[in-house]
Amino acid sequence: MAVKIATGAPAPLPTGVVAEPAKKGFWVWLNKRLPVEEFITTQMTGYLAPKNFNVWYFFGSLALAVLVLQLLSGIYLTMFYKVGAATSFDSVEYIMREVDYGWLIRYLHSTGASAFFIVVYLHMYRALLYGSYRAPRELLWLIGMAVYLALMAEAFMGYVLPWGNMSFWGAQVIVNLFGTIPGIGPGLVEWIRGDYAIADATLDRFFAMHVALLPLALILLVVLHLAALHEVGSNNPDGIEIKEKVGRDGKPLDGIPFHPYYTVKDIFGVGVFAVLFAIVLFFVPTLGGLFLESPNFEPANPLSTPEHIAPVWYFTPYYAILRAVPDQRLGALLLLLSVAAFLFLPWLDRSPVKSMRYKGWMSRTALALFTVSFVVLGYLGLQPAIGVYVVLARIFTGIYFLYFLLMPFYTKLDPVKPVPERVVYHAH
Amino acid sequence: MRTDADRSADRPARGAARLPRPLLGPALVTLVLVALVLVQGSAAAAEEAAGTGEAAKFGADWESWHANTNVTDMPSVQRGARNFVSYCLGCHSLKYQRWSRLGTDLSIPTELLQKDLLPPGDKSSAYIVTTMPAMDAETWFGKTPPDLTLMARARGRNYLYQYLKTFYVDPTRQTGANNLRLPTTAMPDVLSELEGLKRAVFRDVATPGTGGQFTHEQVFDHFETLAPGRLSATEYDGFVRDTVNFLDYVSEPTQAARRALGVWVVLFLLVFTWLAWLVKREYWKDVH
Repeated sequence: MAVKIATGAPAPLPTGVVAEPAKKGFWVWLNKRLPVEEFITTQMTGYLAPKNFNVWYFFGSLALAVLVLQLLSGIYLTMFYKVGAATSFDSVEYIMREVDYGWLIRYLHSTGASAFFIVVYLHMYRALLYGSYRAPRELLWLIGMAVYLALMAEAFMGYVLPWGNMSFWGAQVIVNLFGTIPGIGPGLVEWIRGDYAIADATLDRFFAMHVALLPLALILLVVLHLAALHEVGSNNPDGIEIKEKVGRDGKPLDGIPFHPYYTVKDIFGVGVFAVLFAIVLFFVPTLGGLFLESPNFEPANPLSTPEHIAPVWYFTPYYAILRAVPDQRLGALLLLLSVAAFLFLPWLDRSPVKSMRYKGWMSRTALALFTVSFVVLGYLGLQPAIGVYVVLARIFTGIYFLYFLLMPFYTKLDPVKPVPERVVYHAH
Repeated sequence: MRTDADRSADRPARGAARLPRPLLGPALVTLVLVALVLVQGSAAAAEEAAGTGEAAKFGADWESWHANTNVTDMPSVQRGARNFVSYCLGCHSLKYQRWSRLGTDLSIPTELLQKDLLPPGDKSSAYIVTTMPAMDAETWFGKTPPDLTLMARARGRNYLYQYLKTFYVDPTRQTGANNLRLPTTAMPDVLSELEGLKRAVFRDVATPGTGGQFTHEQVFDHFETLAPGRLSATEYDGFVRDTVNFLDYVSEPTQAARRALGVWVVLFLLVFTWLAWLVKREYWKDVH
């Protein structure tokens, strides 16, 4: 490298200006061919996020972290897992016992599945709190819902793969739901199963879906979700559009670059999450039968039904709704509606404000009741459907749906508070 | 029993420490003697109560019995392995567990494993499989005895403990035995040689139904010992706990290693998170 000998003192740089390192060589060569730098400057350092994110805003990045964890641990598991009704159960035990650190990878994956739903539910709840589904973020919300639906399919099919007794009977219950569709139902169920019963053929195709189609769909949908987010910009706990208050440079006054501010903050969030995750993984990996159900340590047996069939905790609110109705067809319809109801939120919410901070007592009460009903239904879905449990399931199913059905009315009548001009932020 | 005795031995000993020095020696000796007598006495009383004495009504609270086992108690797991090989392996397999793994995890020397545990002709790399043909088992018992590798995870330790402690004589059953935890179990009471025989006393519970009719139900009340076994009640309890403890180990052989590794991982993550917090705080000083 040639060095120029400077004559005299070098001219001092103006204060506050850092000398840009000269870009040359490979970096220039690369960027002429692939817009890496442009991507970083527009999507990371140049993406301005509101500065007032609170703890609820960790769950998006956490969901991404868990997705990566599931993809990596899943790939590792497929190297040892042997799909097939005769081999699946044994190969999972082989992984748990004889593969070096196989138990760790398996628990990462099984705990990761529950963690995924915890994180995603909290991420969605954040949207309910701060109105993140409202215009201009309707499509962002819908893509997010597609991620959620793909995740549900992914989790359900993954649960069948160990071929334990609950895998088998869970698949039996869920697949039979499609049989309630008038006309095509019975034929459709047979088509899904690939057999007259849940059997080897079903397991093989669920494996294909679980390790290939659905992960691809999830990745694609997550990319679309992020693209839509970066187009409209992030909402924030005040529900104020930061793009409406710009400075002289045309940039939002309340926006800060995503990188480095939110990357360092999210790394800290991942740390806190990882501590909690590790405590579950290493000390209570089954979480008392919630994350890994005990009947699944017995091989699938079509002749022996578990004492009561319950899905894993993340499906139990919907399962309780399904069982709350005596008619199976109506139950399945309500189950479908209870998930689909979220799709309509952007158009059901008529409040002049977005955030719960400025909504009135009506919206707050409605959300509180909905929260209670979701949790109680989740509990009821784990219990046998008898006696008082059925009555409670019916009451809370009613409240669950009223949250959506009455939303256009209570959000309009609700006495809202004035929304400030700028976001509320207290520097630490 | 032992805990009570320990307590009674502890309490006076602590008081003795405050005695004047010259008296300390004789006082301690006396107290140790008293404690020993108490230990002997309480243990004997316990055996008597649980044995053939007149207070032999027991088991009313069987549903709340807890296994209270601990897989890190290596001698207990080793005794459980011995029990399994002597009493269970005749019919039940541990088909996901290799003999060699058992030897390594339970620190059983290879020679001892070969001599005392391994069936003749088996290699130590073989899985622990019963020699009873499944077809014969089906003919004899009506079903193949289940593999026990994962039973402790599938049913839980308390289930296994209660199952092995609630066999009773029932002439109506083909095997002559029945069980409270798993009624009409196909398994014969193979441990009766050790535990002895007991009968279950049921009480009649009548529920009024329609038209002055009553529904009668036989509800378990208590057990009564019919004949003592080779072991005392306390010894048999220990036998069952060791066996359950072993089955718990077998159901997840890595569990002790998992917890041990977990401590380090969590500590590392706490340090990492703390550093991440410092970095975050430093960057966010710019945000006003």
